[in-house]
Amino acid sequence: MIGRAPDRVLVQGITGRQGSFWTERMQAYGTRVVAGVNPKKAGTEHCGVPVCASAHEAMKTVGFDWSVLFIPPLATRDAALDAIEAGARGLVILTEHIPVQDVMYVLAAAKAGGTRVVGPNTAGLVTPGECFLGFMPAFNHSIFRPGRIGVISRSGSLGTLICLNLVQAGFGESAFIGIGGDPILGTTTRDALEALDREKSTDAVVIVGEIGGAMEEEAAEYAAGMGKPVVAFIAGGASPPGKRMGHAGAIVMGGKGSYASKRAALEKAGTRVIDTPSDVGAAVRDALAG
Amino acid sequence: MNFEEHAAKPLLLGAGIAVPPGELVASAEAAGDVARRLGPVVVKAQVPAGKRGKAGGIRPAASPSEARLAAGEILGMRIAGHVVERVLVEGQCRIAHEYYAAVLNDPATKGPLVLFSAQGGMDVEALAADAPDALHRAAVDIRVGFDEAMGRDLLRDVAQASSRDELTALLSRLYTVYRENDAELLEVNPLALTQEGTLVALDCKLVVDDSALTRRPALAELGVPDALTELEARAKAAGLKYIELDGDVGVLANGAGLTMTTMDVVQHHGGRPANFMEIGGDAYTLAKPALELVLANPRVKSLVVNFCGAFARTDVMVEGVIGALRELKPTTPVFFSVHGTGEAEAVAALRSSLGIEPFDTMDEAVVAAINAARRGP
Repeated sequence: MIGRAPDRVLVQGITGRQGSFWTERMQAYGTRVVAGVNPKKAGTEHCGVPVCASAHEAMKTVGFDWSVLFIPPLATRDAALDAIEAGARGLVILTEHIPVQDVMYVLAAAKAGGTRVVGPNTAGLVTPGECFLGFMPAFNHSIFRPGRIGVISRSGSLGTLICLNLVQAGFGESAFIGIGGDPILGTTTRDALEALDREKSTDAVVIVGEIGGAMEEEAAEYAAGMGKPVVAFIAGGASPPGKRMGHAGAIVMGGKGSYASKRAALEKAGTRVIDTPSDVGAAVRDALAG
Repeated sequence: MNFEEHAAKPLLLGAGIAVPPGELVASAEAAGDVARRLGPVVVKAQVPAGKRGKAGGIRPAASPSEARLAAGEILGMRIAGHVVERVLVEGQCRIAHEYYAAVLNDPATKGPLVLFSAQGGMDVEALAADAPDALHRAAVDIRVGFDEAMGRDLLRDVAQASSRDELTALLSRLYTVYRENDAELLEVNPLALTQEGTLVALDCKLVVDDSALTRRPALAELGVPDALTELEARAKAAGLKYIELDGDVGVLANGAGLTMTTMDVVQHHGGRPANFMEIGGDAYTLAKPALELVLANPRVKSLVVNFCGAFARTDVMVEGVIGALRELKPTTPVFFSVHGTGEAEAVAALRSSLGIEPFDTMDEAVVAAINAARRGP
């Protein structure tokens, strides 16, 4: 789930306003966008790459590794299935408000087809100095610089702030993995943590979690046995229970998914949990010093 | 979106799952009339909350006069913060046994999970805690659906062999209702086996995925809308995610994670956030109506505007805030922290239009806002 410079990238929904805007930025950064999809504009060119009728056609004509989906919620299921069946290695699903049963359908197909799904409701992936997939400000050097800290985040905006604070503290990122704000995700905090643990260019990991679900608790189980230090910030400590805090996944129900539970699990695993994103640089420095 | 029992049961009936005969009424007299027609009844408070029985909101009535009395007492009760305005009056069943059945979206298996227990009637958290071995689970591949083998496995504790086929059919129908209505949770508890040998859904809990309501508009009409304050309702109509809290430091940020965090940091530095107001995603051009709503809360003594642009461009959001401040001319002091996409343009606009210098960090902006709220106007 870490994008690399040679990876060939398809953009589904390339001709839309956001699709165009972010494709140009991905290209300018170095992401190897090889084609786009829009059935109504098949055969034309957009952002300097061919527009195909489907992911199947794109696979047959140019070939691709990842697909980034700028597709409206109710059309995402079919677009994702197209890419999975075409043989995509990975999908980055940016869309928010996809019906959860559609998400489950896509994830079942992806599992069967051996496709990695990142998202939905994510801002995407950044590998500083190599490429980015999605709508993160990878090109902003006060936020992303090549370095050795891996960042996992459920939130794009908060993940961005954490990265900014890391760079201000003199660090850079080996990879930013935006996993998404939905209750059911293709890539969980633990999946991303395992990937960064295996990644030789990563010295420490920052987990940017939030209330709701059990992903931070699951990640804590893995973190307990890791050699690399882990620092975490969990958003939502001041949020009232029973309310959905913007993200569909960010809700404390019947005492489950609470801030206290996540913090306790992470601290028990030896993870440093910080109270404000501004502390991330100092916490990572301390953690690396042992 | 939550559905009350009376709104959920017709969906079961439509799929061939029997429910007791009944009628929804809003007065004690009408409850008595229903009982006259149905014989012995159960009078059930209709609120979007569980544990109605424990709260005294569900009562049997043997006669029309008892039904009138029960309804009279239940109507107007407050259960889990909801005032009971209507009761469902249902004919009583002669119960031989009670089961538990449910289908839900399961984050662990990333698919539908069908639950069944031969020990129904009690609440499922208690069941899971007291008798975890009695609650059986089947993870479904949503591309394939629920099948008979899953049914056989789920029903392995059912003593009444004669009811297994009917139970398998019922679970299959329940799964269909779950799928066709984009449910997050569909629960029948208790599911009664009557003395006549039929299966009847005595209660039904339904939660539908909010993200699916756009493709199920007719269903959305039947659910219980969220209880919103006046400002929350205005925000929702404007396409904004706003939650009113009881503090005095107003919060305007982009993205759910950053907005929650801004509230957390206010609390961390000893202040109290007045609201959640997120303008991320597609709403990042809505800074102006968002600011109007945050400032319309009379408790707000100061405001922190915290933007960190990724997808959302801070220059566009700041432009909206500047426009709103010029128009509203609030006396409430505003403190900015702006970083990320569009930062340079946003900072320049704040300087030239308002003569305001944003803080270097969110914490500094938050502390300044907390201090201003303490000083008062």
